Amino acid sequence: MGQTLYDKLFDSHTVAKLPSGQYQLFMGLHLLHEVTSPQAFSSLDERGLSVAYPERSFATADHIIPTHTRLRPLQDSLAEEMLVSLEGNVARHGIPFASPARREQGIVHVLGPELGLTQPGMMICCGDSHTSTHGAFGSLAFGIGTSQVRDVLATQTLTMNRLKVRKIEIYGKLRPGVYAKDVALYVIHRLGVQGGVGFTYEYAGEVVDRFSMDERMTLCNMSIEGGARAGYINPDATTYEYLRGRRFAPSAANWDRAVRYWESVRSDADAVYADVVRLDGSAIEPMVTWGITPGQSVGVSGAVPELSSFPPNERETAEEAYRYMSFEPGQSISGTKVDVAFIGSCTNGRLSDFEEVARLIQKSQRKVAPGVRALIVPGSQDVRQALIDRGYDKLFTDAGFEFREPGCSMCLAMNPDKLQGRQVCASSSNRNFKGRQGSPSGRTLLMSPAMVAAAALAGSVTDARQLFDLR
Amino acid sequence: MTQDTRRIVIEGSAVPVRGDDIDTDRIIPARYLRTVTFTGLGQHAFEDDRIDLSKAGKQHPFDMPSFAGARILLANKNFGCGSSREHAPQALMRWGQGISAIVAESFAEIFHANCFSLGIPCVKVDEATCRALMTAAEEQPDLVFRIHLENSTLEAGPRRVNFEMPAGVRQRFLEGSWDSTAELLGNLPQIRKTAAQLPYMRGFAE
Repeated sequence: MGQTLYDKLFDSHTVAKLPSGQYQLFMGLHLLHEVTSPQAFSSLDERGLSVAYPERSFATADHIIPTHTRLRPLQDSLAEEMLVSLEGNVARHGIPFASPARREQGIVHVLGPELGLTQPGMMICCGDSHTSTHGAFGSLAFGIGTSQVRDVLATQTLTMNRLKVRKIEIYGKLRPGVYAKDVALYVIHRLGVQGGVGFTYEYAGEVVDRFSMDERMTLCNMSIEGGARAGYINPDATTYEYLRGRRFAPSAANWDRAVRYWESVRSDADAVYADVVRLDGSAIEPMVTWGITPGQSVGVSGAVPELSSFPPNERETAEEAYRYMSFEPGQSISGTKVDVAFIGSCTNGRLSDFEEVARLIQKSQRKVAPGVRALIVPGSQDVRQALIDRGYDKLFTDAGFEFREPGCSMCLAMNPDKLQGRQVCASSSNRNFKGRQGSPSGRTLLMSPAMVAAAALAGSVTDARQLFDLR
Repeated sequence: MTQDTRRIVIEGSAVPVRGDDIDTDRIIPARYLRTVTFTGLGQHAFEDDRIDLSKAGKQHPFDMPSFAGARILLANKNFGCGSSREHAPQALMRWGQGISAIVAESFAEIFHANCFSLGIPCVKVDEATCRALMTAAEEQPDLVFRIHLENSTLEAGPRRVNFEMPAGVRQRFLEGSWDSTAELLGNLPQIRKTAAQLPYMRGFAE
């Protein structure tokens, strides 16, 4: 009987079966950032413990970092204290650090892959739920809390339960103007925000096979929004080509041995899954969320669903969403006025996301609609520099977008980038929770970067396929 | 100072917070994560939901004096979804008298693991039971709930229900050994052995 990639990595990384029946697993890479680590380091100090594998750890600052300036000290004294704390902790424990001062920093889930730290066949963790992103490389990657960050710092291991594996096969071909983000939102819409609890998702099928690494990362990134703590894609030639030559990727001398290992961790053809779901990629439209969970979405040509379309036990949540978002059931989603457009985040803040947006803006020759504030926030300094090298910084600013320094920015608004009052934001990020973008009454519509660009230029939710003539 | 970390019987009144998919941004808004400690988070638990309701002339259960002393939180499905922030259970355990156990229809996984790390038992009950317990607490806010981890039962007035909790997890609460760092450190030789067998740990060198 064949094994899945999940089974293989779970077994090879098991240090011990604990008396509780849980497993102690070794972590090949531990990513750290300023928000969920300070208390873990303090707790380590209180117990007189040191970091077991500093060379298997990597830190950066992303959540609280302002994107309009790199000046220190940060204006927000609380944010400054967090940054100082992180700088002190990584220096004291000898942990490699992508520093804002040296212009190396970026969103942790953009940096890890970019530097070649993220590799197939690894277990990866980070005090951040979007760690599932790294599964795009055929690694098992998941978010953890601060106490677990302490566990990993002290031992490079974690206590985990064994999960089931659901294979999600996306067959067929995506239509023009439909992106990885739409696939992610569609999967969550179909399987629900609780559907993945207890599962790891394995994404497969022709659509996923054809995806670039950036697209695979977008898809795996949102596994957690479907309730799955981890999501992965079996590594293949696309994965290996992406990694070749990156700073922390295996050297040329060891490359063939690395590829042999990576090939060996792929799910076997006769692997057994707890569940298999098949979805038709050609049926997917550009998606837009209308509610307050990432599962509450609709195709751009559709309407906010009627209450009667929900099972009775979901109606309360739907009614709460109508109320919070000020949507009427039956109202078409297209035409919804937006105040802010945000392109960035660990979901859609990579080079190819901005390249596509630049291409579309160039094609349309349009500018950001009056009254709309539009932000381009690259996922890392490398992404930002690559955009500048291509002249896209100028293209974006000429079109009326603000071109910012990298960071998490308005995805969760822990820095100065926040919605005001009841503003509506077309956002390429991952969560449309109440208050998520920094205003307790702010409203978020999740969509692909192309759809955010279309909303920015038109001033309202607009089908990008029509605006940009994508056929 | 040694604390008794055992969790055998958790007793107290219960506060029901209704709704599915209550995410950790709602439990503790991101602006309160700008801190290098967990102190002071308790007062901000559910802050935006509380303000929102009070503006509408209503009251969130966390603002109702009748629930002020609650030790047990009652919730519905997928409680604690979204962000991995441990600040969420840290805020709940620092609110009022401190939430010491959570009873819900289901929990998001990372939140569940965080609660375990903090010694907060998460008790899963079915939908009908959960709704009945919530109604009971609303009708009689001082009703005493007793969660017995030894035999996986929950008592609330005349009501007595069995709940599921993996035996190993229950055992660690009963022993007070839920803080895992010491246990994990105890396996250092095996950790080194496992690491040595992973080809990427030596950069795939021969």
